[in-house]
Amino acid sequence: MPSLDDLKKRISSVKSTQKITKAMKMVAAAKLRKAQESAEKGRPFSEKMNNIILNLSSSISDKENASKFLVGTGKDDVQLCVVITADRGLCGGFNTNICKKAKNDFENIIKQGKTLKIFTVGSKGHDQLKRAYGSYIIENLNFKGFKKITYKEAEEIGKKIIKLFNENKFDVCKIYYNKFKNVITQIPQAQQIIPIEKNKEEKKLENFYEFEPEENEILEDLFPRNISTQIFKAILENAASEQGSRMTAMDNATRNAGDLVDKLTITFNRSRQAAITKELIEIISGAESL
Amino acid sequence: MEENFKIQIISPEKVLFSEEIKMAVLPSYEGDMSILKNHISIITFLRPGIIKVQKEKEDFEEFFVQDGTVEYFGDNLVVLSSTVLNVKDLSKDFVENLKKDTLDKLKDNNISDNDRYVLNHKLDTINEMRV
Repeated sequence: MPSLDDLKKRISSVKSTQKITKAMKMVAAAKLRKAQESAEKGRPFSEKMNNIILNLSSSISDKENASKFLVGTGKDDVQLCVVITADRGLCGGFNTNICKKAKNDFENIIKQGKTLKIFTVGSKGHDQLKRAYGSYIIENLNFKGFKKITYKEAEEIGKKIIKLFNENKFDVCKIYYNKFKNVITQIPQAQQIIPIEKNKEEKKLENFYEFEPEENEILEDLFPRNISTQIFKAILENAASEQGSRMTAMDNATRNAGDLVDKLTITFNRSRQAAITKELIEIISGAESL
Repeated sequence: MEENFKIQIISPEKVLFSEEIKMAVLPSYEGDMSILKNHISIITFLRPGIIKVQKEKEDFEEFFVQDGTVEYFGDNLVVLSSTVLNVKDLSKDFVENLKKDTLDKLKDNNISDNDRYVLNHKLDTINEMRV
């Protein structure tokens, strides 16, 4: 049985933890609104970009000489996985969920005897993956100290990937991130960006486009940009997901701390009462024996 | 007769401009291009320059771009650019920095003809701007 003093200390410590989690929840909620807004504002760009690419790729006449971003290198021996996570923890299963999904795929790739290369963005993902897959990680980046991640940063990542691709360092590239559905649900996603994933139901497009300059020239210009755009989209979705996930995690933590305080208070009151009763009994029995 | 069509100028961060307009002049890669309603469907990309949008007869809006992609389809003009800025929002510092940057890059002899072409256009546009 812990003494009254111990109980008191524990209660006050749990209470201060609760204060911290509550504050974190508030901060996350405020940041979430901003992040969600920018994720939503960023969607039209990536959607339109995707549309143009689909239109372009379906109307390309010369499939043989098409850009290798579109058709790939014809192999899938070397796979580059870009795992995008947060730089901060304490956000529930956010980072773990992405890593879990990525790890599943890693196992598959290794089982199939293909070469795996990992590119981590965000320090938490790197921390989680370096133990088991440290030797596969070829590059890692994080945005610690950045207040807001802009398109510029996404472009940097995109350029790195394209440089690797042009040096024939990999055949297929996938990105892993959390898609923001709502505050409680974030879905870990794997998206293939090189070569571009074709629409499954190859829909017949009736719009014929004029191209200026040639299709291939446009593609050469457009694809690198599309990769940066997809990465930027992933980062925006991730940012919103991170805050949402943190908000729910901290909400739960606050509630748990509250429950714990209630329980401890009851124990504290009981032991205090027990001590009082004990003292009374001692006094009374002392008086009786006189 | 309705002569307006819809233009959307979109940057990765947000939709910058979305209105019904009469005409748009785009600095397309191979030369300036004006687009009116019922233009043929086209996909092209941009070199550095000014996008000029005519809303009403005397009502113009201008945007500075360094690169971008354009799609016109079914009376919808979509301009996607990561570097688009409303000319009204340009600051003197930004223009000066950009000019310095461009001049530095042009001094490099190793750049390709393509890059040189783009950079020269950028410089011309910057010089023409009176901020």
